[in-house]
Amino acid sequence: MTDEAEDRRTAREEGPGAKDAMATAHGHEPHLRMEALTRHDRDDLASGEAVFTLDDVTVTYGSTPAVRGIGFDIYEKQITALIGPSGCGKSTLIRCLNRMNDLIPSAKVEGKVLYHGEDLYGPKVDPVQVRKLIGMVFQKPNPFPKSIYDNIAFGPRVLGMKGDMDEIVERALRRGALWDEVKDRLDQNAFGMSGGQQQRLCIARCLAVEPDVILMDEPCSALDPISTGRIEDLMLELRKNYSIVIVTHNMQQAARVSDMTAFFTVELDEDEKNRTGRVVEYDDTEKIFTTPSDARTEAYVTGKVG
Amino acid sequence: MESGALAASGGPSTGRLEAASPRYGERAIRGLLAFCAVLSVITTTAIAVSLLGPASGFFEVVAPGDFFLKKEWAPAQDLFGVLPLVAGTVNVVLWGMLFAIPIGLGAAIYLSEYAPRRVRKTVKPILEILAGIPTVAIGFFGVSFVTPLLQDVWPGEFLGGPPGFFNALAAGICIGLMIVPIISSLSEDAMSSVPDGLREGAYALGATRMRVATRVVFPAALSGIVASIVLAISRAVGETMIVLLVAGNTPNFTINPVENVQAMTAYIGVTATGDIATGTTEYDTVFAVGALLFVITFFMNITSIRLVRRYRELYE
Amino acid sequence: MSDGVKPTSGRARFAASGARAATLGALGRQPTSHVLRDRIFVGLLFTAVSIALLGLALILIDAFLEGQGKLSTNLITGSNSSDADKAGFEQAIFGTLYLIGFVILMVVPLGIGAALYLEEYANKERWWNRLIDLNIQNLAAVPAIIYGILGLAFIVRGPLDLGFILFAGSMTLALLVLPTVIIASREAIRAVPPSIREGSLALGATQWQTIRRQVLPAAVPGILTGIILAISRAVGEAAPLLLLGAATFVTFNPEPFADAGWTALPVQIFQYAARPQEEVRELAAAGIILMLAVLLLMNSFAIWLRNRYEQRW
Repeated sequence: MTDEAEDRRTAREEGPGAKDAMATAHGHEPHLRMEALTRHDRDDLASGEAVFTLDDVTVTYGSTPAVRGIGFDIYEKQITALIGPSGCGKSTLIRCLNRMNDLIPSAKVEGKVLYHGEDLYGPKVDPVQVRKLIGMVFQKPNPFPKSIYDNIAFGPRVLGMKGDMDEIVERALRRGALWDEVKDRLDQNAFGMSGGQQQRLCIARCLAVEPDVILMDEPCSALDPISTGRIEDLMLELRKNYSIVIVTHNMQQAARVSDMTAFFTVELDEDEKNRTGRVVEYDDTEKIFTTPSDARTEAYVTGKVG
Repeated sequence: MESGALAASGGPSTGRLEAASPRYGERAIRGLLAFCAVLSVITTTAIAVSLLGPASGFFEVVAPGDFFLKKEWAPAQDLFGVLPLVAGTVNVVLWGMLFAIPIGLGAAIYLSEYAPRRVRKTVKPILEILAGIPTVAIGFFGVSFVTPLLQDVWPGEFLGGPPGFFNALAAGICIGLMIVPIISSLSEDAMSSVPDGLREGAYALGATRMRVATRVVFPAALSGIVASIVLAISRAVGETMIVLLVAGNTPNFTINPVENVQAMTAYIGVTATGDIATGTTEYDTVFAVGALLFVITFFMNITSIRLVRRYRELYE
Repeated sequence: MSDGVKPTSGRARFAASGARAATLGALGRQPTSHVLRDRIFVGLLFTAVSIALLGLALILIDAFLEGQGKLSTNLITGSNSSDADKAGFEQAIFGTLYLIGFVILMVVPLGIGAALYLEEYANKERWWNRLIDLNIQNLAAVPAIIYGILGLAFIVRGPLDLGFILFAGSMTLALLVLPTVIIASREAIRAVPPSIREGSLALGATQWQTIRRQVLPAAVPGILTGIILAISRAVGEAAPLLLLGAATFVTFNPEPFADAGWTALPVQIFQYAARPQEEVRELAAAGIILMLAVLLLMNSFAIWLRNRYEQRW
């Protein structure tokens, strides 16, 4: 086998990091900096406290199961990524974590979802309270048709948060890395902002109610690369104070920002021709992308399978 | 980024998943709003009851056979054959539809397939104005303009001579004008919903615009078009003021357009305001005729609604 | 289709029949004079539109020509009278104002409330909600005079037994236009994208908070437009009122709750229009002009409202 072919084979088998190592070895400039791919400047990875504990969770819409048998822990003050091809139930699962699936009448959640040890679907649990503690940012930015100020202030107002509203708004916008850009035009309609700004507004809006967890359902898929980069930087900042779960289609994004990664796949039910999502592997991000345990994971992260 | 400088107050308030307050307000509001919606069911029930009660009392006295099959209507003289009233309605509605269908459909096809966008944008709202004109005004128009016009241009003794002051044709034309927007608007909506792909395929094969309009778009939009016509008939059958002013008040079993006829609605309008004592059979005729009217329009409405749902499902 | 492949879905059937028609239409026997026939066809279509527009114009022009002589302040201040010189519409105008005022008070909360329930709270899969849906659509098409019978049987007499008072007329008109208000409001509420609701709920707002602070404000322009259009219909509606006591000869301004006779603008116009004297009919025409002017104002306001405040998502 020629050198080139061998290089290519090794690259496929050992993932993105390996390719760079080889590029350096051959004297080429690695086009991806290793530091950007893995940010293990922390030692406290897999030993944090669990924010969520999922135990044999199955979500059914009507009679079709969307995800089945999901069981893993999500750790505090980390970014956990859910990756996998389309249609394998990542969004369905993340919406269980803040009970947004309640909005769909035919959705049924079985199994246990524990939040700091408490059953999220317990009989006395109020979904409204849940959503105050567990916020969500959606795929397509959805600012309210109001001013920037009112967008941020909406959450605190309806929740009856005490304090000076101006301060609350400023704090949220600062945390959302948006303050400098909009501080002079807080009363302008949010629709006038660019897509990336709108999404950061949605993040700031979420932060204003002081949640514990932030869920993000493909937050950057509708945005350009520069906005995406900014939001990823923001995520890394936010990780210090919030637990973050992100669904993403973009594996490189998962590799860039997340600490733990869960890889989903979709299985075909033999008798009923249903597609059901399952978690194949859940581990440190670095491990998933460099030495995955499951062949399916490897196929996905090396791009063999879409 | 300055976010790091601020204290991390995103600390979890764990264990607080229960509602802070029982939120009775939410449930109360939901109940209140549900009541508003249920009111519509109550209304329909009330309509049915208000008609059926006295109507059933009526049919205890008057044999249904007499009511539905006899041709003489003179309740004061115990003659209860409703056919003249039905004929009066049919007479007016028939001429109205003969007038409105070609015009309504013609306008619809023109607006949907031929008119440039700007023409469509101005003409469509103008036609809607026609729908918004109160029926008294249209009735007045019938008396002050249409009837004299008909009398002037009528060819001699055709069909028994020129129309009198009250005549079914003038009422028909007025009702026709009133319902043209219903047909044109709904049909045009249906035709516009037909996907352009169908048209383009035909044009690509060399069809002329007329062929595309009549052989491709029109059949494809048929259920919407039929729905609009059925709805228009229902409206026409239920119209009161125009027939009161223009068609007349004499029960007359005929479809001759020049004659003075009384429609079902006109009978109700005239009788229920009069001085007939309540509780008498004569008074109950109002409810019997009303029940008949309601049943007729009810079936037409349901048909129309179903047809609209069908074409909407197909294209949207 | 020799291999037995048949389109099964409605969509496919339509597409296939469309294709068949197009092919036959294009490749079928073309008459030699098809250019002429096409021109005649367009001509006919154009004629149709013209007749419709002409009819509209004639209605307006006829009313104007007949009634312009009677356009004076006496129209508004003059009383109902058999003397055509002195007669006016004062009582009728008062009556209509009272009627419409009460209709608005009743229809706005009930209509918006029902629309909110049906769009935001009701589970659309349940059969009873679909029944309510169908029911409202049907009620919107029930003839106006049937509502008059309803009012006569239940409001004037029957359980409510209010007598032949103006307020009974108002209640009846409210029931008449309520379905239209509900349907228009539902459209306006439905136009608010679900992403707004999701965003609000995800922040921890309750359902009512979301409705009150996000959905309703965004839907208000559409709702208002619908209400104004429904009120326009109520202004011109005479048939049900005839059955509820508006047909009497009234010479004093009506009281809404007094059993002393009342009238309304379209009813008065009808009474004048039905009289044989030419002079009195001119009065009817003047009344029509007045009514049309009011309706024009209301509808223009509705259109202005919609254009100015409509939310573009």
